[in-house]
Amino acid sequence: MLKIEIEKQLHGSNGEMTLTVNETVNKGDFIVIMGESGAGKSTLIRCLAGLEKASGSIVIEGEVWQDESKTVPIQQRNVGFVFQDYALFDNMSVKENLLFVNTDESLAEELLEMMEIKGLAERNVQFLSGGQKQRVALARALMRRPRLLLMDEPLSALDPRMRHKLSQKIKALHKRFGMTTLMVSHDVNEAKNLADRVWFVEFGELKEYNRTYLEELY
Amino acid sequence: MEWLQQIEWTPLLLSFKLAALTVSILFVVALPFAWWLSQSHSRFKPVFEAVTALPIVLPPSVLGFYMLLLLSHNSLLGHFLEESFNIKLAFSFTGLVIASCFYSFPFMVQPLQSGFESLNAHMIEASYLAGKSSRTTLWKVALPNIKPSLVTAVIISFAHTVGEFGVVLMVGGNIPHETRVASVAIYDLVEVMDYEKANIYAGVLLLFSFTILVSVYWFNYRHKLRVGTVL
Repeated sequence: MLKIEIEKQLHGSNGEMTLTVNETVNKGDFIVIMGESGAGKSTLIRCLAGLEKASGSIVIEGEVWQDESKTVPIQQRNVGFVFQDYALFDNMSVKENLLFVNTDESLAEELLEMMEIKGLAERNVQFLSGGQKQRVALARALMRRPRLLLMDEPLSALDPRMRHKLSQKIKALHKRFGMTTLMVSHDVNEAKNLADRVWFVEFGELKEYNRTYLEELY
Repeated sequence: MEWLQQIEWTPLLLSFKLAALTVSILFVVALPFAWWLSQSHSRFKPVFEAVTALPIVLPPSVLGFYMLLLLSHNSLLGHFLEESFNIKLAFSFTGLVIASCFYSFPFMVQPLQSGFESLNAHMIEASYLAGKSSRTTLWKVALPNIKPSLVTAVIISFAHTVGEFGVVLMVGGNIPHETRVASVAIYDLVEVMDYEKANIYAGVLLLFSFTILVSVYWFNYRHKLRVGTVL
């Protein structure tokens, strides 16, 4: 179980506001976070990863990542994180990107196979298409077998066909590795297709949409 | 080719030896500093950046004067080194190396820092998320992705050290085989109106500097071409 009780001051394009999150997520849940740009969606998952500081506490499966007395550094949290702009290591090949995270060759092979990029293993990542790059980024994010997978609009830079294909891949990965997943997205179809729960962030406040409401809304 | 044999090559060799040592020391010192500057959100960062850039704007004589004070027998450092290890810094080659490190410091730090700052911040974060320390991230991710900046930093620092004059003259003086580097030798030869020899030293330095600059620009152009930023 993931327990989030955080507050963070935001200075976004919408002015000053406070991001407040008090939520509990069951192990293995897939949560899609929606909302306007600048509402605090990305900040929320960045705080979970330890990439940004917030006040409050974050506890995952009994392990405290953050409270008043301590903050566990990014390196020790073991989260998988997928950025919108892939953020691959440009000096490495596809396979090296994966093995840099963890030297488990068989896991790398399995992930490359699942993402259908085994044929590109030796290629430098600078020479891949957007869709290929994001598949590498997804595979890389899972190399530490994270308990928590965080994705910041992973599909928004891709064309509709690739988005659909990769959302299926994400579903398969989530199922195979059984981790808790939080994904920021603007796409209602992705939310319908992937989410167990949908959060909507508006001016720093978080509301939950139940799926029926979502179906009715769109 | 008779004139070639009359040329004393020591000043040129001294210049290159000084530059090689300075660049080696600077690389070790400036690399972590530039990395720290690029990643730092400290409110004192502008102060560190200003101190780093000082040798660019200060007249070499001012820098040379303070270096001389720092390295002289009367300073704490100079006194300590001379008493404890019998090392004299002022008017010695060792002192010249130390002074050159200060003088060329910004030429190593600034290209590295701007290279690190131009990297995709998410790529650096991805390395931390992969469990890697700041040091591993520097060596395995950041440095290999700023090759043009690295080449610029190393080569320009080298060339700049070869070309320094004011600081060298103030700190090292003009001792043959010890501190008389090529730029000082040219000054010396012009003073005694030996334009022929001065011309040779000057010609070598001119050719050297031009070759260096062409290689840096050529390398950077090739790199851009390879990663597709030049159409």
